[in-house]
Amino acid sequence: MSVAADRAVGAPLDRVEGRDKVRGEARYAYEHRPEGVVYAAAVTARIATGAVTAVGALDGVLAVLSHANAPALQEVSDPELFVLQSDRVRYRGQVVAVVVADTLEAARAGAERLEVTYAAGSHDVVLREDHPGFYKPEGVNGGYETDSVIGDPDRAFAGAAVVVDERYATPALHNNAMEPHASLAEWEGDRLVVHDSTQGSWSEHNTLAEVFGLEPEQVRVISPHVGGGFGSKGTPRPQVVLAALAALAVGRPVKLAFTRQQMFACTGYRTPTLQRVRLGADADGRITAISHEALSQSSRQKEFTEQTATVARVMYAGKHRRSTHRLTRLDVPSPSWMRAPGECPGMFALESAMDELAVATGVDPIELRARNEPPRHPESHKAWSSRNLVACLREGAERFGWADRDPAPRARLQGRVLLGTGVAAAMYPVYRAPGWAIARDAGDGTFTVSIAAADIGTGARTALTQIAADALGVAPGSVHVEIGDSDLPRAGVAGGSMGTASWGSAVHGACRRLREEGGPEASYDTRADIAALQEYARHAFGATFAEVAVDADTGEVRARRLLGVFAAGRIINPKTARSQLIGGMTMGLGMALMEESVMDREFGDYVNHDLAQYHVPVCADVADVEAVWVDEEDPHLNPMGSKGIGEIGITGAAAAIANAVHHATGVRVRSLPIQIQDLL
Amino acid sequence: MDADVTLRINGTERSLALDTRTTVLDLLREHLDLTGAKKACDHGQCGACTVLLDGRRANSCLVLAVACDGAEIVTVEGLAGAGEDLHPLQAAFVEHDAFQCGYCTPGQLCSAVGMLGEARAEGVTLDDDEIRERMSGNLCRCGAYANIVPAIAAVAR
Repeated sequence: MSVAADRAVGAPLDRVEGRDKVRGEARYAYEHRPEGVVYAAAVTARIATGAVTAVGALDGVLAVLSHANAPALQEVSDPELFVLQSDRVRYRGQVVAVVVADTLEAARAGAERLEVTYAAGSHDVVLREDHPGFYKPEGVNGGYETDSVIGDPDRAFAGAAVVVDERYATPALHNNAMEPHASLAEWEGDRLVVHDSTQGSWSEHNTLAEVFGLEPEQVRVISPHVGGGFGSKGTPRPQVVLAALAALAVGRPVKLAFTRQQMFACTGYRTPTLQRVRLGADADGRITAISHEALSQSSRQKEFTEQTATVARVMYAGKHRRSTHRLTRLDVPSPSWMRAPGECPGMFALESAMDELAVATGVDPIELRARNEPPRHPESHKAWSSRNLVACLREGAERFGWADRDPAPRARLQGRVLLGTGVAAAMYPVYRAPGWAIARDAGDGTFTVSIAAADIGTGARTALTQIAADALGVAPGSVHVEIGDSDLPRAGVAGGSMGTASWGSAVHGACRRLREEGGPEASYDTRADIAALQEYARHAFGATFAEVAVDADTGEVRARRLLGVFAAGRIINPKTARSQLIGGMTMGLGMALMEESVMDREFGDYVNHDLAQYHVPVCADVADVEAVWVDEEDPHLNPMGSKGIGEIGITGAAAAIANAVHHATGVRVRSLPIQIQDLL
Repeated sequence: MDADVTLRINGTERSLALDTRTTVLDLLREHLDLTGAKKACDHGQCGACTVLLDGRRANSCLVLAVACDGAEIVTVEGLAGAGEDLHPLQAAFVEHDAFQCGYCTPGQLCSAVGMLGEARAEGVTLDDDEIRERMSGNLCRCGAYANIVPAIAAVAR
């Protein structure tokens, strides 16, 4: 499509790599075939704890790598990358060997056939509230304090007119990006070149350099197209190290992809949570005290503590406040990031509790949230850079048809289905990472902009093209954006909903400088800008509405409508932004109604480890999902005035659906996913 | 063990000696450099590897190449007709933003082409619910279903 040169930002540009993707020409990591490439397959542990005692030999393969013979690695902060360096088994499904062969079939068959013997220990794999191992970690992810206590919440609860005090649970969830974690590794002398499925080529090249004892310049990571990540490719995962080890061992390029089944143990997951939320309020629903306590798990390998309860520090006013995190370490695979890690399960609990407070006080759920709107950040007391939660709620109420809602539960039977509607707030913080971009004028009216950004399906390449076009004062068609390669200028990861804001600022700076100063090229580094940012509380907000139909006889829940209204600053590309928001809401629908990784107590792994047993939403599950946004001018963010949109979509969806299920059936389900047996 | 196999792929006859364990998906991706068909589960559970096998949609990860001697296979690379840059469904997917990461997209497209053929043969009208039901073998973790359905509907009607 053609767009006026000064108005690319805000236009619904088609994805610039769209044609390549629909023609099957966009190449992902595993889809390159260098001369002499061979195949590797991983062998994973069949015990949850203990040691490998022997690894057999195989005919007809190029190599069998295990702790007994693998090249030595350097330890880095993520112990999951210290692969094949010890006989110890820390969780079932941990990689214990790699088989390398000339063909994929031979490698897979070899991995199946390889005899590995073990000395098994006992294991402890189930998160439970009375687990003796809970401790207070020094901090939680995102750099947040483990605990925050303000005032005297216990005394305030004792004196409150209305108290909601409930426990909520969310299961382990798996990202399950469609593209498996896959790598092609090749050594060119002492230089390592990998094609990897990663959300951050720049950070990965640094990490791989550490792992292999190299200088960063000796490692190149290439990832122009990535088949989804949702956090699970935010840091390097073991497959890239294994591929590089195998390539080192056999002296040829090696491809290795985890199978879907292996991904459930080897590539991370969202920790299960057990949460207690207490809300104390006066009879009009004004919150006097708020308490949010979160329990989660990590592995023996590493401490990973989600910031689950931090949402309670941001969302609502209230004088007396407490939010805490406790962690226990189990003999389980290491949890990792999954779309809105922390905020997503935390918001399910908090926004369910808000709905319970609405029921308890008889105040409309939208009005209740409006009454508890904090004028400043309720804990840091910083000014909001912008906060339009109430505008989102009001806009959504109008669009959704909330005004004539009868709050009575189980009051709408249509044929044999019970209907209900629910609402929940959405929230995600605004982050920004430093980055550097180079813009070049080809002299023929076209421009190339380079930055080691990643497009994992977010539309980043397209958004950066639009930002560059406006900053250069040219049409988007004149701009070529190069990303996905660690040889390009330094950039942060596609994570924390900060990609476009972080990379876009650098792209904008480089293009503006090129336009103003002329010459063949200009570059821009955003480090100084970020250091100079003023103190504001920066968050995106939203409101999610759901309408459900629950079969009165079978208990089956269908989400008939989902509407999200968001306040996320300036929207760079309404077409791709809408896609990302509805994508997040759709994943939230999965969290509400079907997704659950089930821990096998007996054997110690996630037992439903494939896409036939771990149910993600399919086309028939998604009837009417829509996302819109309110205009939001925020001068305290970045040159584009944008907030992130990758994660906020999921944060309100599960609670909105659970609240709608309560409205439909009168049953409050506090443990996800909502299942038939909860409603019968 | 190897076996000789001859297939027509996107209109071109290909004769190869293949390991009898090789699936159609691995034949395409690892032997013929046709990487449009994607491997996402390798168990017939996600549809990313969908191709048209003798005119019907099939999960190519579940089909052994040796069992397809003489078969006609069309992959995403072969959807656009002669002189066509994009098949109408491919153009509709771009227009409706019916994908994000793009990894399930070739399977969605081949599946949709197959579905349109099935509906024609069965005399079925493809309303949105019918499209949703018939496209539910193709998973999209990015959650583009709300755009995939109108993209297909725009071509189906």
